[in-house]
Amino acid sequence: MPSTREVRRRIRSAKNVAQITRAMEMVAASKMRKAQRNVLAARPYAERLWDVMGELTARMTGGKRKDTLLDVRKEIKNVGLIIITPDRGLCGSLVSNVLRRSSRFNNEQRNQGRAVQFYAVGKKGSDFLQRNQFDITYRLTRLGDTPKLVDTLSVANHVIMDFLEHKQDEAYVIYTQFVNTLVQQTMLKQLLPIEPPVESKRERNDYTYEPDQEQVLEELLPRFVESQIYQAILESIASEHSARMVAMRNATDSAKDLVQDLTQTYNKVRQSAITNEVSEIASGALSLMEG
Amino acid sequence: MPIHLEIVTAEKTALSEDVDQINVPTKDGQIGVLPRHCALITILATGELDIIKDGERTGFAVSGGFMEVLPTRVMILADTIERADEIDEARAERARRMAEERIQQQKDPHKVAELRGDLYRALTRLKVAQSRRIRRKM
Repeated sequence: MPSTREVRRRIRSAKNVAQITRAMEMVAASKMRKAQRNVLAARPYAERLWDVMGELTARMTGGKRKDTLLDVRKEIKNVGLIIITPDRGLCGSLVSNVLRRSSRFNNEQRNQGRAVQFYAVGKKGSDFLQRNQFDITYRLTRLGDTPKLVDTLSVANHVIMDFLEHKQDEAYVIYTQFVNTLVQQTMLKQLLPIEPPVESKRERNDYTYEPDQEQVLEELLPRFVESQIYQAILESIASEHSARMVAMRNATDSAKDLVQDLTQTYNKVRQSAITNEVSEIASGALSLMEG
Repeated sequence: MPIHLEIVTAEKTALSEDVDQINVPTKDGQIGVLPRHCALITILATGELDIIKDGERTGFAVSGGFMEVLPTRVMILADTIERADEIDEARAERARRMAEERIQQQKDPHKVAELRGDLYRALTRLKVAQSRRIRRKM
């Protein structure tokens, strides 16, 4: 049996843990709401770009796509992969899911005789890649909770340049899609070459293009990639905070269960100590009376 | 008949309202958009964007992007956009001075071209902010 003092000490420390995890849960909850708003606010831009791109690419096929970000290459030797992870841990299985998916992707590509170069967004992924000696070409960390588009452009620029310079023939991104507070999904998405919408749903308008279609498309395609990467980063941030919130809530619950168990142990220990003492006194008194 | 104007950036929807006229800097020069304009998709340049509504003019500094025009609706996909009264003049002034200094020191023509872009953006923001101040005095 542990001593009552020992049990009291453990109750106190479990209560402290519960208090801290509860505070972290609340911080994560408020950051999650903000991150969710950011994801939603960024959506219209991406959707409009997609629409305009649909208008343009429908008329552009085959040879015209060469030397643009639409260029589908026959032989694929090098593949770029952006992995988006949080800078910090304590967010459940989110990080390990992304890393596991990335390792699998790497193996799949290598089995097809392709080399994978990594772009790491977030410290967790960057550390993992370095530890396992993957080929990292670019890393970006300390983005914070509400990055602006300009903060993320450097990644997009590197990916686009590497594709246009034929250093890579395809580029992908692995990130965590925010479905809802309880569900986050690890996603693999192709970035380059851009797969344009097959057919735009909305009614056709006879647009005039200024200066002309090619130039508009040339300006549009890189922005589409930029906005895709930006979106993926925002989704990942929202996922990170909701995963952390849930993880912290579970930790608080476990700590509270522990406090309850320990309190019961404490009562038992205390009770048996009292019983002991009483029986000692009683037996002492008894032996006196007998004597 | 007003035009419904929507200005969105990658981060947020900056504006969504009915206006009477829009003056926009495009790659081929400044253009004015009135209701019943023909369908148009164009590339924006760095410059001043004006919105006129009920005879009142609101200025913005824009730095590139796209515009999609339909007869009753205009959609602007801006890289960055700032309303005149949101512009931090002191910061724009610092940006201008820094760009000028760097252009002096830089020898690589590509870098110089890039810095000219920065300088031009800073100048535009200053101009938009100042034109607003002058009008307010009148």
